[in-house]
Amino acid sequence: MKYLKAFVLFWWDFIVGDDWLAAAGIVLTLAITAFFAHHGVNAWVLMPLGAVAVLYLTLRRATT
Amino acid sequence: MSSTLLLVLSSFLASAVEMVEALTIVLAAGIARGWRSSLTGVGVATATLAIVIIVLGPAITSLPISFLRIVVGGMLLIFGLQWLRKAIMRGSGFKALHDEDAIYAEELEAARTAGSVTAQGIDWYGFTLSFKGVFLEGLEVAFIVLTFGSAKGGIPLAATGAAIALIVVAVVGIAVRAPLSRVPENTMKFSVGLMLTTFGIFWAGEGVGVSWPGADIALIPILGFMILVAFGLVKSLRRKHSALRVPVPREVGAES
Repeated sequence: MKYLKAFVLFWWDFIVGDDWLAAAGIVLTLAITAFFAHHGVNAWVLMPLGAVAVLYLTLRRATT
Repeated sequence: MSSTLLLVLSSFLASAVEMVEALTIVLAAGIARGWRSSLTGVGVATATLAIVIIVLGPAITSLPISFLRIVVGGMLLIFGLQWLRKAIMRGSGFKALHDEDAIYAEELEAARTAGSVTAQGIDWYGFTLSFKGVFLEGLEVAFIVLTFGSAKGGIPLAATGAAIALIVVAVVGIAVRAPLSRVPENTMKFSVGLMLTTFGIFWAGEGVGVSWPGADIALIPILGFMILVAFGLVKSLRRKHSALRVPVPREVGAES
């Protein structure tokens, strides 16, 4: 159990890093873009804007 | 052509940054605990990494391309934003610049003061220190190479970038036998963050069904846009940092 916990924590830290908001924000951006694409709207602009919004929010959290 | 060049360059820079960090740890272990144990740790870690790559590589490339692009693109984007976030914080003074000399001194001191457990001529502290350094930093390199390569069908190209980085860092490391503190590490991390984010936006976008104007050429304006945003954020945070007069914390951890 201890090793399983350490294994999960290692991958969590490796992938998610020290701010889960970035990972959650990217998943949300992808979900919204996929929703539009599924309904025939080529919302490519959402990808860079979503990334910038996530970057801004995570920096704001880290510097206030 | 532009995407191929960006792919090799991204893989080279990301690998070089991780390898400089691994080299710092290996040098400290080698000098403090003996080269035999340190280099054995490097060898065993490299072999373990090779097994991980051999197992993971074919598994990743056999997945459906759209699924791969969402997962790989999404992860590159998360990785890229983490690198970029730290580089912007360092560039604006909210985080101390990564000091390889300080990390080296700290690792060296820790290695010298640790007790000695020797078996079969190998000092286990030196071995473990080197093994962990090479394996963990190498895992990041392997992950970047595999994800970069598999999303665009260019594992050999991404591996070439990583191999060039390995040769450059190893040759310079052997030549100077000191941490590569003159490497403009934050600039490299800034560039890697921008490239990972750019590829991540592009591939994850394709994975969820976006059709990019100009196809692969869209990578260039995306990169340009991210550069502008990142520099804008550094500038804005620098002003905020000056206004707050926050002391810069000293950083000696081996985080990227």
